[in-house]
Amino acid sequence: MTNDLTTILYLLSGVLFILAIRGLSSPDTARTGNYLGISGMAIAFIVTIVNLDQNNLINWLLIISGISIGGLTGTYLSKRVAMTDMPQMVAALNSMGGMSAVLVAWAAFLSPGSFGLLINGFINTSSIIQMLLGILVGAITFSGSVIAFLKLQGLMTGSPIILPFRHIINILIFITILGLSASMVLDTTGSHTFLFLLVTILSLLLGLLLIIPIGGADMPVVISMLNSYSGFAAAIIGFTLGNMALVITGALVGSSGAILSYIMCAAMNRSFFSVIMGGFGDEATSTQSNENRPVKIGSSDDAAFILKNASSVIIIPGYGMAVARAQNALKEMSDKLKAMGIKVSYAIHPVAGRMPGHMNVLLAEADVPYEEIFELSEINSSFPQADVAFVIGANDVTNPAAKNDTQSPIYGMPILEVENAKTVLFVKRSLGIGYAGIDNELFYRDNTMMLLADAKKMVENISISL
Amino acid sequence: MDISPIVFYGSIFVLAIFVGYYVVWSVTPALHTPLMSVTNAISAVIIVGAIIAIGTESSGSLSMVSKIVSFFALIFASINIFGGFLVTQRMLAMYKKKGKKDD
Repeated sequence: MTNDLTTILYLLSGVLFILAIRGLSSPDTARTGNYLGISGMAIAFIVTIVNLDQNNLINWLLIISGISIGGLTGTYLSKRVAMTDMPQMVAALNSMGGMSAVLVAWAAFLSPGSFGLLINGFINTSSIIQMLLGILVGAITFSGSVIAFLKLQGLMTGSPIILPFRHIINILIFITILGLSASMVLDTTGSHTFLFLLVTILSLLLGLLLIIPIGGADMPVVISMLNSYSGFAAAIIGFTLGNMALVITGALVGSSGAILSYIMCAAMNRSFFSVIMGGFGDEATSTQSNENRPVKIGSSDDAAFILKNASSVIIIPGYGMAVARAQNALKEMSDKLKAMGIKVSYAIHPVAGRMPGHMNVLLAEADVPYEEIFELSEINSSFPQADVAFVIGANDVTNPAAKNDTQSPIYGMPILEVENAKTVLFVKRSLGIGYAGIDNELFYRDNTMMLLADAKKMVENISISL
Repeated sequence: MDISPIVFYGSIFVLAIFVGYYVVWSVTPALHTPLMSVTNAISAVIIVGAIIAIGTESSGSLSMVSKIVSFFALIFASINIFGGFLVTQRMLAMYKKKGKKDD
């Protein structure tokens, strides 16, 4: 195949990837979009295979066995994962992409001749810079994603792990990486394998240190950011290999992840920088709380009674619903309510859950009709007309302190204004404070009833009482 | 006119970032999770690099190491591709039922 044809076909797969993302603008076109994405990948793959030396049996064996192992593992994972575990799944897959970028950079470094990177027997300077950048971004993606995975999977504490002098340590590591890289770039005549290895190890360490101080509820930002990095890593390698598909795709994925991080940060009214610095929710910021103020605690029967007499109910799901896997029970309850002629809608805060759109997937899994689900901006004006706001597993995203209390760490965060509803029902495991470590004024209001139990059990019991 | 590859690919890169920017803003927030899993899958187009590296002519001791390294890159990228696309498909199938109800 000629180089021109190869590049045109890679461009075609890039265009198909754009269309795949474009398809996600509506659920109706999304599935077609996914098939376009798969076709784009198939084209990129076939073009690459066709350009290989067809007579080398070992290459074929390696490629076929590699794809079989990877393909079967990937297929198995994708069939097995529960929808509640999607954030972990994305983190795990992301780590694969990051590692893959690191390894490809290494392969190119070890065998530059086959990529046409040699000038006078040594790797040319711009390729070296690209490889080092690829290693840095790819390795941070890998180790960062692994940590995010461990936190989300509960294999590691979800709360921030704060090392002393962590910012200084990180900066020192980064400067060392820069120094090592500079010495490799300036002296183009050596092979520098050891330095390259050192850069790889330090970059892995940096990714780890960057993510461990970030707490669970900031995961939507972290996952989006790592997603973005995996794209940029691919794009950088694309420069080294002179590959159109990689450059286009990397840029697409990079900007997609960056936009998602931005949306998540905006939804928390926090700067991207402050999220990345980590440590949020670590210090007990609440001062005035827990003075044993009276709280109305209700049973499932009480809740059922209130719901039965309502004419409009808004359900606010949060991460707690995902943890308790209560989405199906919730759907059942809302079906019963709808059968009684009660209007049910769902309000989703952008940062509800552990990744962008997490709640939407869970509700889709439970067969909740699409048109009953609303975003923050669409539904906030409806709370004053609602009889019941049913908060299940959410807390901080409903906390009026974000509007009233300038001292609050979440001040300025856009919230779902559930306090405007006639009655607020709060399903929670305990009266504990939310992730941000702040008390929720709503718990103590007259029109609030706390339903303290496991979310799934509580909802099931309410269904029975209905 | 000769332009250096870095400028050529750099131009493509910059334009693709703009395309990505506008396309991603058009994605509905309800589909942000599938957006992440599908972008995850397509970023594994890095598999192309792994295959090129495997196709390296075997000369010298380091090129053998390079082959092995790229074999692992291939495995990781395939996990990412298959896992990413299939899990996206699984999610989108759930949304689809609603699409029908909408009509």
